[in-house]
Amino acid sequence: MKPQGTYGVMAQFDTADELVAASRRAYAEGYRKMDAYSPFPIEALDEALGIPHTILPWIVFFGGLFGGMAGYGLEYWTQVIEYPLLVGGKPFHSWPNFIPVWFETTVLGAALSAVVGMLALNGLPQPYHPVFNVESFVDHAQKDKFFLCIESSDPKFSLEESKKFLQGLKPVGVWEVPN
Amino acid sequence: MADSPQNPKLDQSVPGVSPPVIAPGYNFGQVTEKISNVVLTPYTPWSWLGGFLIAFGIVNVLLLACGWLFLKGTGIWGINIPIGWGFAIINFVWWIGIGHAGTLISAILLLFKQSWRTSINRFAEAMTLFAVVCAGMFPLIHTGRPWLAAYWLLPYPNTMGLWPQFRSPLIWDVFAVSTYFTVSLLFWYTGLIPDVATFRDKAKNPLAKFIYGMMAMGWRGSARHWHRYETAYLLLAGLSTPLVLSVHTVVSWDFSVSVIPGWHATIFPPYFVAGAIYSGFAMVLTLAIPIRAAYNMHDFITDRHLNNMAKVMLATGLIVGYGYLTEAFFGWYSANQYEAFMIKNRAFGPYAVTYWALIFCNIITPQFLWFKKVRAHVPLLFVISLIVNVGMWLERFVIVITSLHRDYVPSSWGMYHPTVWDWATYLGTIGLFVSLMFLFIRLLPMISIFEVRTLLPQAKVKAG
Repeated sequence: MKPQGTYGVMAQFDTADELVAASRRAYAEGYRKMDAYSPFPIEALDEALGIPHTILPWIVFFGGLFGGMAGYGLEYWTQVIEYPLLVGGKPFHSWPNFIPVWFETTVLGAALSAVVGMLALNGLPQPYHPVFNVESFVDHAQKDKFFLCIESSDPKFSLEESKKFLQGLKPVGVWEVPN
Repeated sequence: MADSPQNPKLDQSVPGVSPPVIAPGYNFGQVTEKISNVVLTPYTPWSWLGGFLIAFGIVNVLLLACGWLFLKGTGIWGINIPIGWGFAIINFVWWIGIGHAGTLISAILLLFKQSWRTSINRFAEAMTLFAVVCAGMFPLIHTGRPWLAAYWLLPYPNTMGLWPQFRSPLIWDVFAVSTYFTVSLLFWYTGLIPDVATFRDKAKNPLAKFIYGMMAMGWRGSARHWHRYETAYLLLAGLSTPLVLSVHTVVSWDFSVSVIPGWHATIFPPYFVAGAIYSGFAMVLTLAIPIRAAYNMHDFITDRHLNNMAKVMLATGLIVGYGYLTEAFFGWYSANQYEAFMIKNRAFGPYAVTYWALIFCNIITPQFLWFKKVRAHVPLLFVISLIVNVGMWLERFVIVITSLHRDYVPSSWGMYHPTVWDWATYLGTIGLFVSLMFLFIRLLPMISIFEVRTLLPQAKVKAG
């Protein structure tokens, strides 16, 4: 990451429709390193920006698998190996009795990996991000307006050209985003 | 998506019958302002302060009751042999059951695409968390020696070389409740992230800005983030659904795995889960009706919400009624004299008053909800929800006390009378619950702002 210079150019739109249309246009124009910002999830943006499907479900699957194995392992180790107690004449490895705890730890592992995985893939927590340098973004992005930012790391990016392109989409405003 | 591109206002209402989920005429900015203005203001209403102080006073009753308990032990309670389980387990089951409605609303209704859940899920989830906090107190303090709970309940390598006994439902319960609390907290917090990001950008007070900023973790509403966020949220909903059913199932096993007449029944898990959702929806109504009046949230928590919740209450109430009938039927059909006596003792024994009060609260009262006029009459609905709350507490009292106090051998029968400390502890947890609700309403968005935005007609993106 460059310490100074430009992060990208950003345009603001009034409606979700305009943002989706602008994202499609930018994608068709050949831009790839860009991101759209909206105050609520918009499914159509995934396809408009060419966002690949997240690997999060696999993280959750393995998190659940790990949680389940850890839970059952704990039960087996404590009840059969480390501290075998004869309870009601049941075998030490009385697996039907182990199901509830195994189930709970599976859910726990999966749920923890869903949240931690989502945050990690999103690169959060992140104390600083250049988009917050745009005043209108701070005022409206989490509230009522829609933003599209073409990033300077895109091979097709040029400050002048990209700015002109965004202005052609009839936005409310276009800003250069300092790093 | 199958949404029609015609008049978006028509899209909001189910043709002919139901009023819209959200009152029409709002835009994104107004929704944000309306919900966040409750929190982002230096002005604290007197009614809030007064209510909070009363509730906080009751928390001090809880502290007093717990302090005395730790000093003297469980002898200050009304428990004895044979009634070794008293208020502690009754209140535990009651509170944990109340929590279930929050998860049902936030997870199960999300999976069923019930968009009306959106304006009530946030505070219903908060209700879940606070109810589980209150519930969790009782297993910790019920021995009067909470520090012992560490090695009785939790598997950790201790110097005594002891481990919990995993064949016991009580230890399953520890895992079920702690997992439930953790997952509910994760779900609630995940839902809060975009909304506290809104607060971070809107707050004027530097301290508030800092705290909301830390909570939001740098959320910026990026489409790539939303994509993973939605996936995570849906997965959490999918995970919470079997979880919430498992929690009260495990709670019911605390009873049904034993051999006490009236407890040892296969009907217990479904009957407990239905009862939990029943009492939980009653509590959501008990909270939603005053909150919506106090903060003038009629546009977001509409009469349709109250109507739907009343219907869920009616349905689950009928399932609970079926559970009571099944219990009575098996008392006769099992041809087991102890089961038969248990039913007779419940209805005509020394605790008959509580049994008939419970029938009145849980079976008779909800029948009024068949009438549309009653479901639309808000004060009446509030009263019914309070009665159901009381009824569900009585149900747990009847299950715990009447089964224990006369089981097999008449020479070991006994009576249970709760003491002032039993009542003080119970009342104290209600104070704790209400205080936490007051703090939540003052400090965090009580309605999910970003989800309400998605309900507005402007949020629908035309395909193509």
